[in-house]
Amino acid sequence: MKLKRSTVNNLIAYGIVIVAFVICQSMISAGAMSRSLRGQLVPICVYIVMAVSLNLTVGISGELSLGHAGFMSVGAFSGIVAATWMESAFAMENDVVRLLLAMVVGGVFAGIAGVIIGVPVLRLRGDYLAIVTLAFGEIIRNVLNCVYISVDAGRVYFAFNSPQLPGKLVINGPAGATGVSRISTFVIGFVLILFTLFVVLNLINSRSGRAIMACRDSRIAAESVGINITKYRMMAFVTSAVLAGMAGALYGLNYSTVTAAKFDFNTSILVLVFVVLGGIGNIWGSIIAATLLTVLPELLRGFSDYRMLVYAVVLILVMLVTNSPMMRAFFARVLPHKRGEEGKGGEAA
Amino acid sequence: MTQQRRSTTKMVPFPSHSIVPERDVDKLPVLEARHLGIEFGGLKAVEDFNLTIGKTEIAGLIGPNGAGKTTVFNLLTKVYQPTSGTIMINGKDTAGMNTVQANKLGVARTFQNIRLFGNMSVEDNVRIGLHNQVPYGMFSGIFRLPRYWKQEKKQHERALELLSIFGMQDMASAKAGSLPYGAQRRLEIVRALATNPSLLLLDEPAAGMNPHETEELMDSIIAIRDQFQIAVMLIEHDMKLVMGICEGICVLNYGRVIAKGTAEEIQKNPTVIEAYLGRRKEDAQ
Repeated sequence: MKLKRSTVNNLIAYGIVIVAFVICQSMISAGAMSRSLRGQLVPICVYIVMAVSLNLTVGISGELSLGHAGFMSVGAFSGIVAATWMESAFAMENDVVRLLLAMVVGGVFAGIAGVIIGVPVLRLRGDYLAIVTLAFGEIIRNVLNCVYISVDAGRVYFAFNSPQLPGKLVINGPAGATGVSRISTFVIGFVLILFTLFVVLNLINSRSGRAIMACRDSRIAAESVGINITKYRMMAFVTSAVLAGMAGALYGLNYSTVTAAKFDFNTSILVLVFVVLGGIGNIWGSIIAATLLTVLPELLRGFSDYRMLVYAVVLILVMLVTNSPMMRAFFARVLPHKRGEEGKGGEAA
Repeated sequence: MTQQRRSTTKMVPFPSHSIVPERDVDKLPVLEARHLGIEFGGLKAVEDFNLTIGKTEIAGLIGPNGAGKTTVFNLLTKVYQPTSGTIMINGKDTAGMNTVQANKLGVARTFQNIRLFGNMSVEDNVRIGLHNQVPYGMFSGIFRLPRYWKQEKKQHERALELLSIFGMQDMASAKAGSLPYGAQRRLEIVRALATNPSLLLLDEPAAGMNPHETEELMDSIIAIRDQFQIAVMLIEHDMKLVMGICEGICVLNYGRVIAKGTAEEIQKNPTVIEAYLGRRKEDAQ
C-alpha cells in the first residue's frame, strides 16, 4: 500500500513537469514568451537539475557540499570537448544525438571527479566536509583554468599550461571554451529534468535510498544493522555529481563561450540557495525555487539599478515566510500529498 | 510462566570457566569473550571480561551505573576495538572487524537511548533492518527492474511478519518518531531482529516501560528466543525482568566481572550485594 502511494506521488510529479513543459512550448509557438525569457529556458532546466541533484547530497544524504559547481564545470568542459570531437571525427550532423552523448560524457567525467573527491572528502563530516568540498570546487576551477584541449582531424590533444597544440583549440585555458556550437535545446533540458527526477525519486524510494537516509539519521544505528556507511554516502555523492555533470554539459553547449570562472563558489552557493529555499530534502521545493529564482532577476529588470537589492529582499522574505509555522501548517493543509514527501525527505538539519 | 522457565534451566560448567544452559552444552556457543579489555587513555573501562553465551541462552548483564555494561556491548558490536582479548562469534574471531561485519556475523543490538530513524515510517525502519537480508542493487532500484518489485514485495511481507511479533503491524505506516516510548523500544528490537542475528543484544529494553509492559516484554523475549532459536543478552536495571527470564547472569563492577551464575546464585552472592548496597560499617573496618 505504501509502495503505491509513493508511486502515485512520483507520477503526479512527472505530470506536473510535463504540463509545465507543454505550457512553455505552446507559449513559445504562440509567440507569447519574451525573447529574454526564452533565452532563460535552458539555464532554468540546468539549474533545476543542479538543485535537485544537490538536494540528493544535502537533503537526502545530509552532507553539506559547497563544491557542486565544480562537477558542473567538469561536465561542461568534457561535454564541449566530446561534442566537438564527435563533429570532427565522425562528421556527426545530428545535434540531438551529439548533445545527448555529450551529456553522457559530461556525466561520466563528473562522476569520476565525484569518486576522486569523494574518497578523501567523505571521511569528514559536517562543517569540515563543507569546507573541503568548497576547496575542491575551487581546485577544479583553477585546474580547468590551465587546461588546453584541441581537436584536430578526429584526435584530441591535451596540454597543461601551454596553448601550443595542433588543430583548433576547444578549451583555451583561462579564455575557456570558445566557438562552441550551441546545440542545447529546451526539449533536451526538459528530458534531462525528467531523467533527473526519475533517478532521484526512484533512488529515494528504494533499498539504497533508505540506506542513504538511514546513514543521515543515525550513523551508529545504520552500521548496527549492517549498512556500509561509506558505500551509501559515496553512492549519493557520485550520483549527485553525475547529474550535475550532465546539467553542466547542457549548460556548456548552450553558450558560444564558456569560461571556468563561471563555475565558481558563487554558482555553488546559488544552487545551495535554491535547495535551502525550496526546503532541504524537498525535491519539489528545489524545482520551484530554481525556476523562480532564475527567472526573477529577468523579471526585476524594471527595477534597473535596484535589481539585486530587490532580489535579496525577496530571498529574505521567502525565507521568513517558509519558516513560519503558520505558513507550514497552511501548506500542509493545502497540499495533502506533501505529508508523504516530508516523511520521506525529512529535515536533514 | 516466566518463573517456571528459570527454575527448570540447569546450568552446567563450560570450558573457559563459564556456564551455559544444559541444552546448549554440546552446541557451539554463540559468543565467547576471553580476557576482553579496553582502555581509554589509561582508564580501564573493561578489564579481563570473560563470558560464554550458549546458543539459545538468555543472558543478563547487570551492574551499578558506570560499571561498563554498555561498553561491553560496544565492544561486542565492534563500535570500539578491544585493546586486549578476543571475541568469538559463532566460533569466528572478530579481530579487526567493524560493526557492519560483526552484524553480518550475527550480532544485532538495540540502544540505551533509542536510535530509530525517526523521520521514516515504522515499516521503513524494519526494511532498513532487512537491508542485507533482502538485497537488490542500486541499478534495479532506479530502473525498477523486475528484481526490484520482487524484493520490495518480499521486504514488505517480511517487515509486517516481524512487526506482528509485537502486534505492531497496524502501525506500519506511522512515523517512527511519533510512536510512544514503549513502542519505539519494541520497534528497535524488531529492527535488530530483521538483520537475522544469532545474538541479540538489548540495552535496557524495559527502560521507561510500565510494569504491565515489562511483563509483556519478558514474554516476548522468551517467545523471540523460542521462535528464532537465538541467544539474547540484555542489560537491565529492572531486577524483576533480569531475575525472571535470564538464565545466566553476569555482574559487572568497575569494568570487572565480580560474579557469574544463575539468578539464585547472584541474589545470594555477597560481593554482588556489596557492589549494589555497599558494605556494612562494622565490616568495613
